[in-house]
Amino acid sequence: MNDALRDLYREVILDHSRRPRNYGAMDAANRQSDGFNPLCGDRLRLFLRVEDGAVRQASFVGDGCAISTASASLLTEAARGLPVEEALTLVESFRRMVAGEGEPNGEALGKLAVFQGVRDYPTRVKCATLAWHTLRAAIEQSGETVKTE
Amino acid sequence: MISAPAYDLEKVRADFPILSEEVRGQRIAYLDNAASSQKPRAVLDAVDHVYETGYANIHRGVHILSERATEHYERSRRRMARFVGAQSADEVIFVRGTTEGLNLVASSLGRYALREGDEVLLTGMEHHSNIVPWQMVAELTGAKVLAAPVTDRGELDMDGFRALLSDRTRIVSVVHVSNALGTVNPVDEIARLAKQRGAYLVLDGAQAAPHLRLDVQALGCDFYCLSGHKMYGPSGIGVLWGKKRLLEAIPPYQGGGEMIRTVSFERTTYAEPPAKFEAGTPNIAGPVGLAAAADYLDALGIPEVAEHEARVREYAESRLAEIPGLRVVGTAREKAAVVSFVVDGVHPHDLGTVLDQEGVAVRTGHHCTQPLMERFGVPATARASFGLYNTEAEVERLAAGLGTALELFRP
Repeated sequence: MNDALRDLYREVILDHSRRPRNYGAMDAANRQSDGFNPLCGDRLRLFLRVEDGAVRQASFVGDGCAISTASASLLTEAARGLPVEEALTLVESFRRMVAGEGEPNGEALGKLAVFQGVRDYPTRVKCATLAWHTLRAAIEQSGETVKTE
Repeated sequence: MISAPAYDLEKVRADFPILSEEVRGQRIAYLDNAASSQKPRAVLDAVDHVYETGYANIHRGVHILSERATEHYERSRRRMARFVGAQSADEVIFVRGTTEGLNLVASSLGRYALREGDEVLLTGMEHHSNIVPWQMVAELTGAKVLAAPVTDRGELDMDGFRALLSDRTRIVSVVHVSNALGTVNPVDEIARLAKQRGAYLVLDGAQAAPHLRLDVQALGCDFYCLSGHKMYGPSGIGVLWGKKRLLEAIPPYQGGGEMIRTVSFERTTYAEPPAKFEAGTPNIAGPVGLAAAADYLDALGIPEVAEHEARVREYAESRLAEIPGLRVVGTAREKAAVVSFVVDGVHPHDLGTVLDQEGVAVRTGHHCTQPLMERFGVPATARASFGLYNTEAEVERLAAGLGTALELFRP
């Protein structure tokens, strides 16, 4: 197996794709949004509990590739406890990192930096960002299915 | 390598310049031929030859270059008439590809033949390009679009097809060879049944053209569409064949130059087919490349090509069967050179990325057949599709790449 593959599929990503965290519908959710990538058929539904201007809890259900599943799983961990403005900033930082725009903000991204390798795989950027676009839609409550194509 | 002596694989591979390109230090095992095929030197040279020796706009200049370009273009039409088995060259319309051919037929035949309550019968294994144009014309005319069911093997359910065929069926439009599964449909029987009901038959031949010898008259269809780029010709050129009397009867598709006889603000009259359906300056060099591709295929012999591809496909199926948790989607008894599959615990998209890193090009996704994916309960598949230059050694690389993927994704 070559290094480029190891760079993309870091252990953390493989672990979260095999055992996604916060997987399941949330009864207490007061926001939810659907994401769909028509290119590869990836689908997810994101549930949020937002109180006092902050994300208290996040979970998801869906069916997708390792990158999109791990991204959604890590998102649900990263978003928990964030004020919604900070969550929206994180969406943009994440998007910029995987799209290869500028230097990634390592401090803000923390564990999410494992997705850095995606920038070398243009066809996989949308897999990584699907959950994040869906998070923005859930926070902004646009109510429309987010498409990454 | 087990190859019949008559089929010189080494020589065939040497005809395709791209096959000796190296990416990341190795040659690419190109197993994505159902999406698009690579081009032999003869096709590339034929296209260059037009631009270098006889290029100008066609059918209108009095000068020598226009004459030469027109001759190149019309000779290619005659060549493609022979390739599909048309009665005359006037039955061959040059289009961008199968998608444009199907849009043309759906729009023009649809407006001619469909009334409110009429039905268009498709199958559950159609490419989106043989679904959406019919939905568009159905919306315009008040007709209904139906789809015949597909069996678990990925074959057309003929009882289901017969049950949906009725006196309301005005048009039957069916894929000759499925792009997603490789299934070869029983088009002779479909033609017989459609004719019994007085329905027009349209065939999508995009995947059939590089694998099956075509004879549109023997097939008993009314329209047949194919794409140049899937049969080793250039992209952006394809053929719509139609029965002459129908091409005369149906309204034009696009309006513009070349497709008219006279134009006035009071009344415009149309040219005869094929000009009637070729508005504007067409792809002039494309048909020449396509004709060269037809020459190339016929020189090798389509039956010989098909035999070689069947050998490679069967080898691939036997190698993939050894991989635990791998399931082939589409196991029709009559199949062209396609193997679609899913692997437990590994998403097709991840398989595609790993294989790409190993220098093996396959397609992953829904293959523009979302209803079919739904039918098999999968969001997507990985698809290896073989062409006349593929080898058993490339199948070995596919199998090795799948091994790498399993190692990576299975805990």
